[in-house]
Amino acid sequence: MTRWMKRSWFWGLFLVLVLVAGEGWSAESAVASTVTPWWVWAAALFVTTFFLGIVAVLGGVGGGVLFVPIVGGFFFPFHLDFVRGAGLMVALAGALAAGPGLLKSGMANLRLAMPLALIASASAIVGAMMGLALPTNVVQTALGVTILGIVALMWSAKKSERPEVPKADALSSALGIHGVFLDAARNQEIDWKVHRTPTGLLMFVVIGIMAGMFGLGAGWANVPVLNLLMGAPLKVSVATSKFMLSIVDTSAAWVYLNKGAVLALVSVPSILGIMLGSLVGVRLLRRANASVVRKVVIGMLLLAGSRALMKGLGF
Amino acid sequence: MADYQYDPKYASEEQMAYAALLDIGWKIGFLLMVIFFGLYVFGVMPPHVSMDELAQYWVLPADQYLKAVNGPTGWGWMALIHRGDYLNYIGIAILSGVTVICYARVLPLFYRKGDKVYTAIMVAEILVLVLAASGILGGGAH
Repeated sequence: MTRWMKRSWFWGLFLVLVLVAGEGWSAESAVASTVTPWWVWAAALFVTTFFLGIVAVLGGVGGGVLFVPIVGGFFFPFHLDFVRGAGLMVALAGALAAGPGLLKSGMANLRLAMPLALIASASAIVGAMMGLALPTNVVQTALGVTILGIVALMWSAKKSERPEVPKADALSSALGIHGVFLDAARNQEIDWKVHRTPTGLLMFVVIGIMAGMFGLGAGWANVPVLNLLMGAPLKVSVATSKFMLSIVDTSAAWVYLNKGAVLALVSVPSILGIMLGSLVGVRLLRRANASVVRKVVIGMLLLAGSRALMKGLGF
Repeated sequence: MADYQYDPKYASEEQMAYAALLDIGWKIGFLLMVIFFGLYVFGVMPPHVSMDELAQYWVLPADQYLKAVNGPTGWGWMALIHRGDYLNYIGIAILSGVTVICYARVLPLFYRKGDKVYTAIMVAEILVLVLAASGILGGGAH
């Protein structure tokens, strides 16, 4: 069998899976919602998010980015508004829990986070309002496109442990954005500074809008901007990104809360499931094959993103 | 308030103060969320929207859901915290509100150091978060 034929088979099967499975689940979901006891949905949500929490840690992604497309696309009957509201709460709770440790260790940096978080949190309010005002099919389509974009980013983006920053830009110098952190793995102190701060700020306008609109969290976008664009070391970028979610998602979460788009029965089991799953994921981290898990995550997002796009387009 | 140890080389005084308060705040919010959720799902406190009713309406967009169940917007849920479902909003609101409290905690530290730019950034962020929380942006009171 030629490579072309193999690829055709793969993509054909993938398309059928997305269409048939997704359509079947979604068509029955409204009926199933009323027939199935409420506690089954809550339990199923807890179990699903528990596994998502494990996979998220092993795959090096945030819980929100898996939660919204998967819970919003398959199996579950909840409207996308409530899924996005819960997605924000999931991302927020994880970021709040991680924040103190990241700040105390000096891996996350307050001076780096604050100007960027200000821009992103203001934008996230706009994104959240847009997401709740636009028709569901438009948001669903945009979510699908965004998830597929994240897949492309995860597949192609490189990471730089310690990017070279020849000279700090004027804005970051004026703001005093620089630092030193102790890389425990190497037992080495690393001085860092950043550049291209104005471009970074502009990027966080877009990131904030997307975070608010889709309830995805935004670590997938924060880290490349902090690391590859602005030149912060990878560990500082990952830690500062995680901490920033606690600020950015807060502003969007309030909009969802005020608009009635946060249901306790959807949000709380999801938060508990993801957090417990993350704890298990951290324990499995040493034994897991990170490369394989990352490919599984990319595959899951590809499936979920395609499903969201097709649902949005009415297929 | 210097009840914490810090190494200014890696983490500033403001950063440590923020972390210390965040650590307490998120734990309180999380604990209350778990307790109140238990009271809700085990029927200790009856909900505003019964579980069976909820399962009929959660397929609707948020605005239609609120109309269907006569649910509150903005801070209107405060009037319903004696109901199991809306009691959960207390834990959720603490998780959503702890950041602004942390900002308020470290704002004077930046101000005392004469760091005018970061003082302004912090004031602006507090205003953004308070605006988001206020419900003015389309939420409104029920």
